[in-house]
Amino acid sequence: MSKQDKSIIKAEEMVLNMGPQHPSTHGVLRLKIRTDGEIVSKIDPIMGYLHRCFEKHCENLSYEQVVPFTDRCDYLASMHMNHAYSIAVEKMLNIELPERVEYIRVIVAELQRIASHLVACGVFGLDVGAITPFTWALRDRERILDLFEMLCGARLLYNYIWPGGVSHDLPPNFIQYTTEFLDYFEPMLKEFDDILTENMIFVERTADVGIITPEVGINFGVSGPTLRASGISHDLRKDEPYSIYNKFDFDVPIGKGLMGTVGDCWDRYWVRLREIDESVKILRQAIAQLPDGDVHEARPKKVRPPKGEVYSRYESARGDVGFYIISDGKNIPYRLKMRSPAFCNLSVFSEISEGWMMSDVITILGSLDIVLGEIDR
Amino acid sequence: MNSFIDSLLSMLSFTELPYSILVVVAILITGVHIFLLMALFATLAVYFERKVSAFMQDRLGPMEVGILGFKGGKKFWGGIGQTIADALKLLTTEDILPNDADKKLMIIAPFIIFMGALLTFIGIPFSEGFIISDFNIGIFYVVATSSVGVIGIILAGWSSNNKWSLYGAMRSAAQIISYEIPLGLSILLPVLVVGSLEMSEIVAWQAEHRWFILHSPFTFIAFFIFFISGLAETNRTPFDIPEAESELVAGWMTEYSGFRWAIFFLSEYASMLIICILSSVLFLGGWLSPMTIFNIFPDSWLFFDGPLWGVFWLFSKALFLIFVMMWFRWTFPRLRVDQLMHLCWKVFIPFALANLFFVAILELIFL
Repeated sequence: MSKQDKSIIKAEEMVLNMGPQHPSTHGVLRLKIRTDGEIVSKIDPIMGYLHRCFEKHCENLSYEQVVPFTDRCDYLASMHMNHAYSIAVEKMLNIELPERVEYIRVIVAELQRIASHLVACGVFGLDVGAITPFTWALRDRERILDLFEMLCGARLLYNYIWPGGVSHDLPPNFIQYTTEFLDYFEPMLKEFDDILTENMIFVERTADVGIITPEVGINFGVSGPTLRASGISHDLRKDEPYSIYNKFDFDVPIGKGLMGTVGDCWDRYWVRLREIDESVKILRQAIAQLPDGDVHEARPKKVRPPKGEVYSRYESARGDVGFYIISDGKNIPYRLKMRSPAFCNLSVFSEISEGWMMSDVITILGSLDIVLGEIDR
Repeated sequence: MNSFIDSLLSMLSFTELPYSILVVVAILITGVHIFLLMALFATLAVYFERKVSAFMQDRLGPMEVGILGFKGGKKFWGGIGQTIADALKLLTTEDILPNDADKKLMIIAPFIIFMGALLTFIGIPFSEGFIISDFNIGIFYVVATSSVGVIGIILAGWSSNNKWSLYGAMRSAAQIISYEIPLGLSILLPVLVVGSLEMSEIVAWQAEHRWFILHSPFTFIAFFIFFISGLAETNRTPFDIPEAESELVAGWMTEYSGFRWAIFFLSEYASMLIICILSSVLFLGGWLSPMTIFNIFPDSWLFFDGPLWGVFWLFSKALFLIFVMMWFRWTFPRLRVDQLMHLCWKVFIPFALANLFFVAILELIFL
């Protein structure tokens, strides 16, 4: 160092590596952060630590064998992945499903949505430093996992929804237990609201932080609750109803900026909580209408779709899941591409979080609710 | 005969050793006792904290580890041996120093923090006459020594050669130095009214008149400013940004392990106890029984008073405040750095200054 250098106090930006092993990067995401003191000037999300060649694998597996692999994409909403994939395959095969199968699928998908949003909201609380709401959320999620365990024996990776049907019919007391769970759960949700949603410190931390304007959201291909929080009513269950969602009466909650600006972190959190309410509504209706029937009736003996391609969209807990499948007439897909909602949601991250403080970066990342299994695939 | 050191000196006087040696012996004995108190309190407080958090979170907390075969069953006492096992585990784990760390500073840092807490206990009263040394600048001394820890924190953060540690240390230093001001300004209120910096004088005044928290509306506010600033001083939620585990991994303690980490832990719980005892002494009547809150009952009613009962009352008040601290921790999210500074410089300090001003005027009018 020369003499002249010593006389100047130089303020340098510091590069900080957050992750892949970090408590709140929600998996093995690595963030390369350039910071000026506490202020973050640039963020590079680096992903791929969990890349498992899902799409390439699928080219060597028969259509039925792909289902367990879809489980592992979004491991917090495995049912949604199963469902999304099955819908795509059924679209190729032109299968008409029995009513009961559709109802069962909607019931498990909505239960899964509640479970996934509970984790999202709880972990978001954990990211801003509130530990108790997290354990409360997981306590309630545990009840849902118990239901799923009853249903198919697995608690996380279900492999339950298959092309053409579901693996098992509902167990005898499932509907009764689900109703009991819903009765138990609704007051719990209010309790959750009390401890976190309107907590002053929580609002201070999350309102007006990391705003996704509708334009930015659409330009980056953001979807799901993250987009709806920006005030855009985009829900495939309403806009392009798949399965039997057009039979149910439910609202699409959108961000209203109750505590700050439309599209801030608080809105994203709030939209998820309100979606849980809507899911409970759908569940109650589905349980009331559930018909009898054979769930294995429409299962094809051999899944061998005709030549051609298909793209199907599905509203998972994180957003638009798309499955693009090309078939060349064999029993294995020629090409399978999955559109991952969390990947697109993450792409907006560096755009909205630059210029905020270190703590806000964590808050914003938490509010996007990413699952690395799905981003890296 | 109003402090431990004095009574020890008079007890040891039969040995007819030179005074200087006697003083050293007396200091060593009391030092060991302070350390034992800190260790015992930390052990119990950790157990208490784990149980409190568990019950708030619909869990059971530690249930398995017992002492000598006594597990406590499915009651609050379940897993009573857990913290002892944890402490043993901490003392026996490998003590890791990173290669690129500044090893000397990294070894010294925990002990500076620890010394800060240990020295503070010299001025902390536990009851009437139950004080290591009751000197006439008691509170001033306590405030001075309790801020020694900042140096240790900065050393720890800097010497670890880790960016998370550096972040934590800088945040912690900024926070502790800022919150010292409202803390000090709130302490000035009782000092102003009593006209003494001596702890026993302050409690004696409260015995004669009323508890400071109810002395005037200003002291009522001052108590909350003091307690909340104390939360910030001890890095407790919602002010735990220096070690925010979701942001900074573990802040300035990231690279520490084993015994030195245990020392950090010990000092942290010790400073919690210090803040809680100080707020009880200054505002909640110290070792006086709750009957004396307004000094309206005749003296014959106060049969639960006296030096030994005083220890009980003081610790009841302090432990209740510690429970409140834990309650906060398991209820609130944490603030952001700028919000923390905003709260200190734009809310607490103006209020504390106004408090001081109005209490001074009240004193002028009514005296």
